[in-house]
Amino acid sequence: MDKLLSILREIRPEHDFAASEDLIFDGLLDSFDIVTLVAKMEEGFGITIRGEDVQYNNFKNLKNIKRLIKRYLKSDEI
Amino acid sequence: MRFSFSKKKISGILSVVPRNRVRFEDEFENYGFSRDKMKALKKVIGIDERRIVRGEVCTSDLCQAGLEYLIEKGLLKKEDIDAMILITQTPDHFMPPTSNILHGKLGLGHEVVCFDINQGCSGYLYGLLQAFLLLEQPMIKKVLLLAGDTLSRRSCIHDRNIYPLIGDAGSVTILENTDETNKIHMNIKSDGARSDWLIIPAGAFRLPSSEKTRQVKILPDGNRRSEEDFYMNGPGIFLFTQTDVPMAIKELFEFTSIELEEIDYFIFHQANRFILEKLAEKLGVPKEKMPNDIVEKYGNSSSATIPVTISHSLDKILLQKRLKICLAGFGVGLSWGTLIMDLGPLAFCELIEN
Repeated sequence: MDKLLSILREIRPEHDFAASEDLIFDGLLDSFDIVTLVAKMEEGFGITIRGEDVQYNNFKNLKNIKRLIKRYLKSDEI
Repeated sequence: MRFSFSKKKISGILSVVPRNRVRFEDEFENYGFSRDKMKALKKVIGIDERRIVRGEVCTSDLCQAGLEYLIEKGLLKKEDIDAMILITQTPDHFMPPTSNILHGKLGLGHEVVCFDINQGCSGYLYGLLQAFLLLEQPMIKKVLLLAGDTLSRRSCIHDRNIYPLIGDAGSVTILENTDETNKIHMNIKSDGARSDWLIIPAGAFRLPSSEKTRQVKILPDGNRRSEEDFYMNGPGIFLFTQTDVPMAIKELFEFTSIELEEIDYFIFHQANRFILEKLAEKLGVPKEKMPNDIVEKYGNSSSATIPVTISHSLDKILLQKRLKICLAGFGVGLSWGTLIMDLGPLAFCELIEN
C-alpha cells in the first residue's frame, strides 16, 4: 500500500489521498492523472492493466485501486 | 451496420497541417501542470508538439491549399471531379455548406455534387462510406473526400484535458472505381445516448451564444472552459475506446473471416498514444503495426488523423506497394467505425504544410 501511496504522491503531491472516498469526484485525480497512474502502476507492480479496467469505479478510492492491483497480482500482498 | 464494396479504390492521399508549431514544454504552465507532470504526460500520453492554425484560418483553407497543390502538381484535374464531400465540425458558417464554398473557390462545374457531413474522429470512415456509395452510380467516376478540423479555435486554452492534445489539419483523399476486385468491408456504429460525452454545448441553436455562454468558468475539478468550448467526458471516452471500439473491430474480422495477422497496418484515429497502446494490447496486435506517434508530432486533428497518419507513416511504402490495412475511427456522436481494404500503390501520398 505504501508503494501505491508513494506513486499517487508522485503524481499529485499536494493531495491527501487517504482522506477521500472519491478521488475523481473530489478532484484529486483527473483523466490525465489516471493515465499516468496506470503507467506507473504497471511499471511499479510489473503488471499490464487491460484498457477496459481503466474505468471510474476501479480508480474511485485507494481501496478500489488496491483491489484492482491485487486482481492482477493474484495476491493479497501489494 | 456492416457494408461491403468492391471494385473501388483510394488513389491518393494528401494531408495539410498548419506551419504553426506549439510545444507542450512552452505551455504546460497554462494548465497548472508541474514540470514533472509535464514530463510524465509527454512519456505516457505522447503530448509534445502540435500544429494549430493562427488567427482565423479555417478547415476549408487547409483543404483548399491541398486541392490547389494537387491541381498545380498535375495530380488532379478539376474537370475530372464528380463529387466533393467535406467532413468537418468546424465549417466556415452555419450556412451555406462549406463544400459549396470550396466548389465556388475552385470554380468547379454545376454537375459536381457537394455536401458536408458533421462528424469528428470517426468522420473519415463516414466519408469513405459516402464516397463508396456515390461511386456505385455510373455517372460518378471520381470523388474527393476532404476531412479536417480546426478545433483548436473551439477549445479553451486553459482546458488541461483537451487543449494539450488538439491539433488542426485538413486532408484530401481521391477515390475512384477500379477493375480490380479489391473487397472492402466496413462496420459503422452509433450511440446517441452518449451524445453529450463530446460536445460544444452552446453557440448554435439549442443554446445560442451569449455573454454567459462565452464566460470561462472554473469547474469543480479546477479545470476551466466556457459553454462554447469543446467538452470531453475523458474517463467515459477512454472506456468507450477500450470496449465498444475493439468489439466492432472483432465483429468485422469475424464477419469477413480475415485474420488479424493478414493486416499489414492498423491505422486508427490518433486519440493519444496511451489509448492506442491499450487498443493494440486488447486486440493482440504488434505495436509496430499500429502507428501511435501522430499526437506527439501534430496533435489530434479529429477526422484528419487517419489520413495524416497514412501520409506521415506510410508515404514511401504506399507509393510502391499494396498493403492490407484496417482503419478505425471513434468519437463524437458517439460514433465509431472500422474498415478493411487493400491500399496502394497510390498516385500520391504526401503531407504538406500551409
